[in-house]
Amino acid sequence: MTNDFIIEKLKAEFGEEVYNFVELYDILTFNADKELNLKILTFLKETPDLSFTFLNDLTAIHYPDSVGKELCVTYLLQNLQTRKRVRLKVYTEIKEPDVYTASALFSTANWLEREAYDFFGVNFVGHENLIRIMNVDEMDYFPLRKEFPLEDQTRIDKDDEMFGR
Amino acid sequence: MIESIESKNNIPLPEGAINKKTYTMNLGPTHPATHGVFQNILELDGERIVSAVPTVGYIHRAFEKLAEHRPFYQITTLTDRLNYCSSPINNMGWHMTVEKLAKIELPKRVEYMRVIVMELARIADHLVCNSVIGVDTGALTGFVYVFEFRELIYEIFEEICGSRLTTNMGRIGGFERNFPDAAWNKLDNFIKIFPKAMKEFETLLTRNKIFMDRTIGAGAISAERAINYGFTGPNLRATGVDYDIRASHPYSSYEDFDFEIPVGATGDTYDRYLVRNAEIWQSLSIIEQAIEKIAPLDPTIFHADVPDFYLPEKEDVYKSMEALIYHFKIVMGETEIPTGEVYHSVEGGNGELGFYLISDGGRTPYRLHFRRPCFIYYQAFPEMIQGAMLSDAVVTMSSLNLIAGELDA
Repeated sequence: MTNDFIIEKLKAEFGEEVYNFVELYDILTFNADKELNLKILTFLKETPDLSFTFLNDLTAIHYPDSVGKELCVTYLLQNLQTRKRVRLKVYTEIKEPDVYTASALFSTANWLEREAYDFFGVNFVGHENLIRIMNVDEMDYFPLRKEFPLEDQTRIDKDDEMFGR
Repeated sequence: MIESIESKNNIPLPEGAINKKTYTMNLGPTHPATHGVFQNILELDGERIVSAVPTVGYIHRAFEKLAEHRPFYQITTLTDRLNYCSSPINNMGWHMTVEKLAKIELPKRVEYMRVIVMELARIADHLVCNSVIGVDTGALTGFVYVFEFRELIYEIFEEICGSRLTTNMGRIGGFERNFPDAAWNKLDNFIKIFPKAMKEFETLLTRNKIFMDRTIGAGAISAERAINYGFTGPNLRATGVDYDIRASHPYSSYEDFDFEIPVGATGDTYDRYLVRNAEIWQSLSIIEQAIEKIAPLDPTIFHADVPDFYLPEKEDVYKSMEALIYHFKIVMGETEIPTGEVYHSVEGGNGELGFYLISDGGRTPYRLHFRRPCFIYYQAFPEMIQGAMLSDAVVTMSSLNLIAGELDA
């Protein structure tokens, strides 16, 4: 399966809605509007010639400087027969970070989306159990966003009786 | 962190059942049978599991955030602490990711040396996992016996890099030093004496009636569900899917080696055990091939010629201007790294360990995401143990080779 074949298939189905095809270190990467993410994932998974049935990875990235496209959700899919990998990226603004969940399509996505929600605050619409997974429930911020610095190593106001440094 | 479980608690049981309602039990977070910090809130009907809710995150250490604040060469220590049963694989995986980004070509000898340490780590990882299945089925002997050989592997690591568990082995561009003679001798010794012990270990468990009764059918999963859940590594191969990164996306010259990918059929605990045992034999054969392949190569080469990334000899730093500049730039994390994003995966001890690295050309990664295999496949645990006995849950958990450090990152 060549990149051109995948691009052709996607173009035939979605036309100009999929764009920015580029090969980054052997992985075909492309962008799409966030409303289309489920349609594209379903198409990639269920078209017999493509059958990207394996969701390798799902994560989010924060670009605070690109206004209106601050959060990127990226899906890495793989065809297990041909070992071909493709990466889909969708962007969303940080004010309303709503992206449709892929957890009904791939069970893998369940916890990965919870992780992306936990650290970036991406709201996966339709996810059945979108709650924090690593951090405490009381946390009121999303720690992997760029505006949150690491803890100041010189701070002195902390009670370090238990976790002294 | 805590799942909402209120609605699932104390489910009424039908008329005529011994108990009126199911009862809730915490398996973990600190329980001797979980081998790590895992909490499962189980709903039990007698001894049968009605539902399970796993809770993760107890030892979350924010590796992805920390990695965004560290120069590239300092991230190796974070990878150590993912799957700490086979840290050299994680270390090498990280070095290879940066090398892929910076387009560094390694000499064959270095790649074969990496193959040797990665396969040793895989043997150690599989030994721990398989012998722990034995422990959970009541056979402590095998566990104590093979730990002697894991110890031999750790001694080899000690000769190579100075540490045993969290190895921090290798550098971007190669190894920090050549393998000393002691390491080669210990490796030869290990290869000589280990097969006999491995055979004994297999004799102890593989056709053992008690072990087979406890593991066959326990925690089975179909290939289709396993793929949907993102299983990788021995757990996926036990279901019959021959997906192995070493063969499907070869790295570090794995394409030069001749090895088989063992697969199972039913995806139950017994198959996972068999696949791991078969992989240990394959790993041994790979190590033997690597030693043969290394023999004719120049024995002084242990790193690539990349002064931008690889620290110069300390002696040269005092004598040569260039070495001093490179030394300073590397230590201060000011090496020039290309912009770009790269995904590199290696076959870890328990599955596909992926590194998704986005570099903006700065001194630290812009974003680094670890694809941790056991975080992904642990999701399937409730489905795998539903309807099983409590004791099956324990065996299933140990056969999945869950490592808390990797699960929680």
